[in-house]
Amino acid sequence: MKELSLHILDIAENSVAAAASKVTIEVREDLVSDRLRIRISDNGKGIAPEKINQILDPFTTSRTTRKVGLGIPLLKAAAEICDGFLTIESIIGKGTNLIVEFRHSHIDRMPMGDLTSTILQLVISYPNINWIFIYSMNEKEFIFNDQLLKKELEGISLSEPPVLSFIRQEIESGYLSIQTPAENQKNTLKEEQKCQPSIV
Amino acid sequence: MPTINSLDDLKKVREEALRKRDLKSASGQKQIIIGMGTCGIAAGARETMKAILEKIERENLTGISVTQTGCIGLCEMEPIVQVQVGDSQRITYGKVTNEIAAQIIDKHIQGGEIFKEYMINL
Repeated sequence: MKELSLHILDIAENSVAAAASKVTIEVREDLVSDRLRIRISDNGKGIAPEKINQILDPFTTSRTTRKVGLGIPLLKAAAEICDGFLTIESIIGKGTNLIVEFRHSHIDRMPMGDLTSTILQLVISYPNINWIFIYSMNEKEFIFNDQLLKKELEGISLSEPPVLSFIRQEIESGYLSIQTPAENQKNTLKEEQKCQPSIV
Repeated sequence: MPTINSLDDLKKVREEALRKRDLKSASGQKQIIIGMGTCGIAAGARETMKAILEKIERENLTGISVTQTGCIGLCEMEPIVQVQVGDSQRITYGKVTNEIAAQIIDKHIQGGEIFKEYMINL
């Protein structure tokens, strides 16, 4: 997979498979400490302690349709080559908490990619799950919680065009409002760095 | 297409959608299911779903529910899209790119005709 947002979608599908009714996806970019942290936590059925190590092994899966599960091992490997790590904490009957961290500026770190599509698709596809999306860039934060929306729209397909437009715009505008200035700032920083050698 | 700016707008949209749904019989329900397992995602299922949602929004297509499913064991045929119209048989399509997804909506969802070229016989 070429984007972190595809991995987020993949991991979130595990929460769905674990019968979670509430899933929180937290993405925190911190350019000062140079870390990128993603946390996906759910209130699903949880994973037994002896199973956690197995999950990190590519030849394990809880599915019955095929014999390998690659999602988590792939992400773990991607994090580890970027001075990062992946951990899973879980309590049976309570839920699972997955944290993956990268060095933000690491050259091998995958780009975030189309994060808004990932979130939108999860919100639309699983009307019975309460999705919370938290995105932060340095000290700025955006929170999207679909609980009220889904309560109000109970019984309506979320893929009705006006509803779909509304949810998409909510997520997109919130995400962009946080991201754009910082991205610019980052670019300026890069420009400065590029300029320095020529000044010297 | 009405735009939603407040909770009241949301309620109006809800009432309108419920009214429309009541007018249609249950047999008119259209469902699109996209395979979103690791295999599907790696093969481009998110882009396929994005194309489907964009088409629904752009062409204001009502009465279509879009959901996801995990791996159904046909990883080599991903991205997989299943279509069910009313009580008729669920049809499975394989290797669905953005363009094919748009054609499936036009032919099968809107036109009621199975798009045989990309159908998988299960």
